[in-house]
Amino acid sequence: MTTPFQIVVCGSIVPDPLQTLEPVTAPGGPALKNEMMLPAVLDPWAGHALFEAAHLAQRVAGSKVWLVAMAPKAKLQQVMMTVAQKVPFELIALDGPASGFTDSFETAAALALAVAAIPGLDRSRLLLFGGWESASRGAGSTLQMVGERLGIGEQFQGVDQLTVVDGGIEILERIEGGKHQVSICTGPPAVLGWATGHLPEPRNNPQVGMVNMRGIMPSLQRAKAAPVKSEGLSFTAVNLPKQQRATRVVKDMPVAGIAREIVAWIGEE
Amino acid sequence: MSGDGERQAMDVDIACVGFGPATAGFLTELSKSLMNPDGSPAIESRVMPGMPLQVVCYERADDVGFGVSGVVTRARGIRASLPDLDFSRIPMAAAVVDEKVVYLLDPVGASRRSLSLRMIDRTVRTLRLDRDLGWELPYVPPFLRKDGGVVLSMGQFMQHVAGEISSSGVVQIWPGMPVAEAFPGATEGSVGGIRLTDQGAEPGMDIHAALTVIGDGPVGAVGRQLDERLGMPKGHRHREWALGMKFVVDLPEPAELAPGTVWHTIGYPEPEIFGFLYVHPGNVASVGIFVPSWFRSPVRTAYRYLQHYVTHPYLWRRLKGGKLRSWGAKSLEESGRRGEPFLVGDGFARIGEGSGSTNVLTGSGVDEAWTTGALLAQAAVRLARDCRPFTRENLERTYVTLRRSSWVERDSRIAEKSRDGFHRGVVRGMVGMALAGLTRGRLSLGGEPRPVAGTEEFFARKIAAAEVRRIVGECRAKGTSSHDALMDASGWPAIPFDGQLLFSQQDALLVGGKVQAPAGFADHVQFRRRDLCEACDVKLCIEMCSGQAIAPGSGGVPAFDREKCVYCGACVWNCPHAAIAFQAGAGGLHSTEN
Repeated sequence: MTTPFQIVVCGSIVPDPLQTLEPVTAPGGPALKNEMMLPAVLDPWAGHALFEAAHLAQRVAGSKVWLVAMAPKAKLQQVMMTVAQKVPFELIALDGPASGFTDSFETAAALALAVAAIPGLDRSRLLLFGGWESASRGAGSTLQMVGERLGIGEQFQGVDQLTVVDGGIEILERIEGGKHQVSICTGPPAVLGWATGHLPEPRNNPQVGMVNMRGIMPSLQRAKAAPVKSEGLSFTAVNLPKQQRATRVVKDMPVAGIAREIVAWIGEE
Repeated sequence: MSGDGERQAMDVDIACVGFGPATAGFLTELSKSLMNPDGSPAIESRVMPGMPLQVVCYERADDVGFGVSGVVTRARGIRASLPDLDFSRIPMAAAVVDEKVVYLLDPVGASRRSLSLRMIDRTVRTLRLDRDLGWELPYVPPFLRKDGGVVLSMGQFMQHVAGEISSSGVVQIWPGMPVAEAFPGATEGSVGGIRLTDQGAEPGMDIHAALTVIGDGPVGAVGRQLDERLGMPKGHRHREWALGMKFVVDLPEPAELAPGTVWHTIGYPEPEIFGFLYVHPGNVASVGIFVPSWFRSPVRTAYRYLQHYVTHPYLWRRLKGGKLRSWGAKSLEESGRRGEPFLVGDGFARIGEGSGSTNVLTGSGVDEAWTTGALLAQAAVRLARDCRPFTRENLERTYVTLRRSSWVERDSRIAEKSRDGFHRGVVRGMVGMALAGLTRGRLSLGGEPRPVAGTEEFFARKIAAAEVRRIVGECRAKGTSSHDALMDASGWPAIPFDGQLLFSQQDALLVGGKVQAPAGFADHVQFRRRDLCEACDVKLCIEMCSGQAIAPGSGGVPAFDREKCVYCGACVWNCPHAAIAFQAGAGGLHSTEN
């Protein structure tokens, strides 16, 4: 029988992907215009990590899932109204920035402290999950540093699948060409930075929500300000990804024709 | 807990349907009374003894504050519930500083103006009363004024309130969880709780509740089902509606309009269409129109009219160079008090706009809706403390009695007949409103709703019947609505798309609409009488659809694309055959600025 896992997911919030983002320069550095007014969601990378964690915990009896999240408390509370309906977890909340312009080094330090302070955490059973590219605007550095600060050397990034096998866990990491690298890890502790995984978003479950929320509100009330200041960090430039849209409605176009158009369009870039 | 395909059930004390202003008022007031200062339950749960009342609220939209409209409100009820509320803490809120009514002349010559309106237009032009074709009336009637009021983004306000309620820890609000129906309880005409919407093959959970609070708005599925099941009180009907549509705009720099500026407009793009502009802090404005049900056009798209509205010279000189941040649309129940359903029954109570609280004279609904919720909370607390069940009799004696003696009821009686005159013409409607407002409802002008005109009849003075038929046929064959083509043919100029504020409707869906349709839910708009749809000539559902989500389909039955639906609900009340089933579903607008 597999020893139960203690799965800690690091994940925070990002603006709802449907929003129009506009970088601005605020007194404290770069920011997104009206970011606090925009609706937020759990970072999709971290969301995949959380759903994979819950799926694993369901399969390995006795396992438990924590979500460690650093974000402005009010925004985090709001996002939890949606996330808490998905899967069972216990929230560890840190009141801090989640703008994506925060120094990933400091973010990692704050998250590592919070993970280490979880009562009853057994590091020999710890799987540290997170989004592959979370909390770093795609740099993929934060989770790695959290793991290093916790002294976890076994690290896997771009993970799409975890399977409990005899002698450990089998992990599929994304590599070039749409292929996966297969590794066998003898067991925890390990860091897994998730890509998209294979699980669909779980359906909302009112009972899960009711149970989760009993712990979430006290956790939010206890949340302390995270020591993240981003002092000494400077940004040379901030740009949004260039977006182009050219819509045409064409019916009954052969697949090969669509492919040719896409290739030609990419060639124009 | 999930995935076995069996319907599960859960017991709570109070279940709420929809998180709009009414439910926000209910939960705000209720949450004050659930716990003692020492942390012990002030009212004990019946389903979880020893715990406080178990209160849950299910909202169909993907987050709280999505898809609700922006307003100017006197905020009497809101302030009564939240006396310490500092509106400056809420983004996009501003105290009203300037309010005016502007009569807009027709700058393009396409507006359908009656003889009396043409005479008014001529007088205004002759006396040079206008500026940029807008005549700023020297007087704002007191019933319309919002003295001491506040301009709000309801999205931001609702997010703020939801945060406050949730942080109390005694009430749970769950967005993204549509309610399919209120199921019957043990007695006839009662409600025993709610059934959540199925998610794929997973049957929606049954939530058993001693009290079900229905605040799902004017086109809410649960409220409308109850109306069908129970009927309406004698003389009450849902017959007057309006479609409100608006843009949220980043105004051009430098800022010219002070936060808290409020304009009400009349006269353009069509005389029947009212307009508004509210200025928020940060040089942002909400600008929009109301298309009422007495506007008899069979191609009454709000989007095209909204574009003509914002490009009217009086508004355009302030809006030109602005950028679209967001847009949205919403149905308004304009029957007011005469649209009031049975407010209570065994195990349920109705609050908010769907309960007939909107004041059609003052043009306000948010504060009224909030107040009905707050009144129900006072009643529910009283009953729960006294250990009395939520029966129809008990709710009548408490909630309904409180409501009948409230300012909401008093004002709605004044407003009751104020808009009847519009059914017989715009000028008559204006005079009727003024009469009702200035005499506190003692006088008004009557009028009965008339059906929407046939397409050929409506355009008879501008387009030959054969040409109308050709245009409509061509559009149907192309799978599009015909409103744009008919408006073009009847003299409306093309919209000069600027890629900033003026977009095609499809582009606006992407730029400012932010619409999402999560997987796992069935289509919430269904055409339940194919025979009636096939025989329907005008197909108002297509022409009125705010998001172009309904289009001509095969065999004459419209096709629905939920990826574009903004949940305005206009299809329901525009269908002359009541052939559309409009269910609750997740998704819709993702904007908290509306």
